[in-house]
Amino acid sequence: MKIFKSLVGRNVKLFFKDKGLFFTSLITPLILLVLYATFLANVYRDSLSSIFSQMGVTLSDGVINGAVGGQLLSSLLSVSCITVSFCSNMLMVQDKVSGARKDMLMSPVKPSTMALSYYVATTISTLIICLVALTAGLIYIATIGWYLSFLDVLLLLLDVIILVTLGTALSSVINYFLSTQGQISAVGSIVSSCYGFISGAYMPLSSFSQGLRDVLMFSPGTYGTSLLRNHCLNGVIREMTNNNLPEQAINGFKDAVDCNIYFFGEQVSSGVSFAVLILSVALFIGLYVFLNARRKKIK
Amino acid sequence: MVNIIKIENLKKSFGQVKAVDDLSFKVKEGELFAFLGVNGAGKSTTISIMCGTLEKDGGKVFIDGVDTDVDAHSLKSKIGVVFQNSVLDKSLTVYDNLKNRASLYGIHDKDFEERLEYLCSILDFKDYLHRSVNKLSGGQRRKIDIARALFHDPKILVLDEPTTGLDPQTRTTLWKVIEQFRKEKNMTVFLTTHYMEEASDADYVVIIDNGKIVAEGTPVDLKNNYSGDFIYLYGVSEEQVKNLGVPFKRTGQAIRLSVENTAMATALIVKYPEIFKDYEVMKGKMDSVFLTVTGKSLGEGGAK
Repeated sequence: MKIFKSLVGRNVKLFFKDKGLFFTSLITPLILLVLYATFLANVYRDSLSSIFSQMGVTLSDGVINGAVGGQLLSSLLSVSCITVSFCSNMLMVQDKVSGARKDMLMSPVKPSTMALSYYVATTISTLIICLVALTAGLIYIATIGWYLSFLDVLLLLLDVIILVTLGTALSSVINYFLSTQGQISAVGSIVSSCYGFISGAYMPLSSFSQGLRDVLMFSPGTYGTSLLRNHCLNGVIREMTNNNLPEQAINGFKDAVDCNIYFFGEQVSSGVSFAVLILSVALFIGLYVFLNARRKKIK
Repeated sequence: MVNIIKIENLKKSFGQVKAVDDLSFKVKEGELFAFLGVNGAGKSTTISIMCGTLEKDGGKVFIDGVDTDVDAHSLKSKIGVVFQNSVLDKSLTVYDNLKNRASLYGIHDKDFEERLEYLCSILDFKDYLHRSVNKLSGGQRRKIDIARALFHDPKILVLDEPTTGLDPQTRTTLWKVIEQFRKEKNMTVFLTTHYMEEASDADYVVIIDNGKIVAEGTPVDLKNNYSGDFIYLYGVSEEQVKNLGVPFKRTGQAIRLSVENTAMATALIVKYPEIFKDYEVMKGKMDSVFLTVTGKSLGEGGAK
């Protein structure tokens, strides 16, 4: 156990001390913040006001700000949980490149202990960053329009934990096949630049074509984003209901911001979204264990 | 002396390339064993198989009497490796690196601190114990590499070109420490190097080329078998030397005669005492042995 703890400690420490890895992992969340600060927040604010005013409903500034803030926070967490875990887990590949992995394999430590240490360390590093982001996001929402309940916050926490384990499991499987610095850069860049789009974090899936939406419903990240949206916007939606807004308008809002997602026309419930995420985590962890068990030595 | 490493008919191919081709040799406990070859000769492949990180295609490897096919895991604490390229975590401190490394061998807390104190005193790195590795000089980093490899007190120390790129003073210091360990702990040193003077100090040398042994023996045996002797003559003219009928070359103040072996040198000296008044006889160097047996010279970049 001491060996395992030491390996996990080393990996976590290396991630936070390696400026390259650490800052690369923050690129996507930073892009998102810049997008919101420059124009996305205004776009959402204006479109929300105009949608509801067309229905003859006027929303308070607090509700609008709460809705925009909720979208920002859910998008931020959605990308961070995945991209940070990918970058953090790149240590697994860096160790191959530097020879540290070979060196450790020459010691009595079991390969399975090493594999698990990368997983746990990545989960811890990513959770630290995402929980800081969650806290900062909640403080931000509290300043502009707080409608969240204690349960919403707990569910957000659960979403983050599940998404981090998903990101770690997925990156563990992909990174297993990487072995060069070039591959690290390529995969890091692709994940950082694309994940924001395909998860619906930069733009809601509802703004994509039906065909693309159907394809993206096969990505487990989509379900994670939808859960985060629901739990970030639950309070705002409750407030809208309390203000007797028409159900049709509220449903239109939920469709527009991906609180409601549809699998080939069928609405996906939160329970199903959780099940998809948990099954995906189990599948990727199983695959990671299988890959490590299959290759004990380098052939 | 016991054979601490025994390799029998080792084979390993990468596709069509035979990296190691039916290799067999033994290393005695406590000896300094030099394993020489140009880049791509099969040295690193052999080391990786010995250390259990690469599967072999055939043959047997015994470490300390144990077949690595039967129990590779328990052997790992008996071997320490210093790689050609440092594998230290550069953004961590020396202390963190050594602590992480020690924990892999189950060395924690008080045991760790005691061992650290001991290695600090021998290798003299206390001043930069809490400095990041990326702020160390090449020589300082090499010392930590060696401390890392010695931390678990291995019976066999594998040195894969350990002194490449180091200044002579650091090289001397490192060899002093390694020699101390060899003497005190009867530690076996398995060395690959590009520096022939280091190989000259070995107890036994194996030279491989294209995965096969091309020559082996003690440095003296190899010099005797694969390199002639040189007689350095002083105070004579080139005209006098021409009459001896052996190849010669002027080197500074001396004239260097190349002879096949020491017996021939002796015969010449006895036959021409009027010429051999001020002279010295020297054996050939390991460089020429290597050149003779492989047709290649060993340099920093490998084959030249």
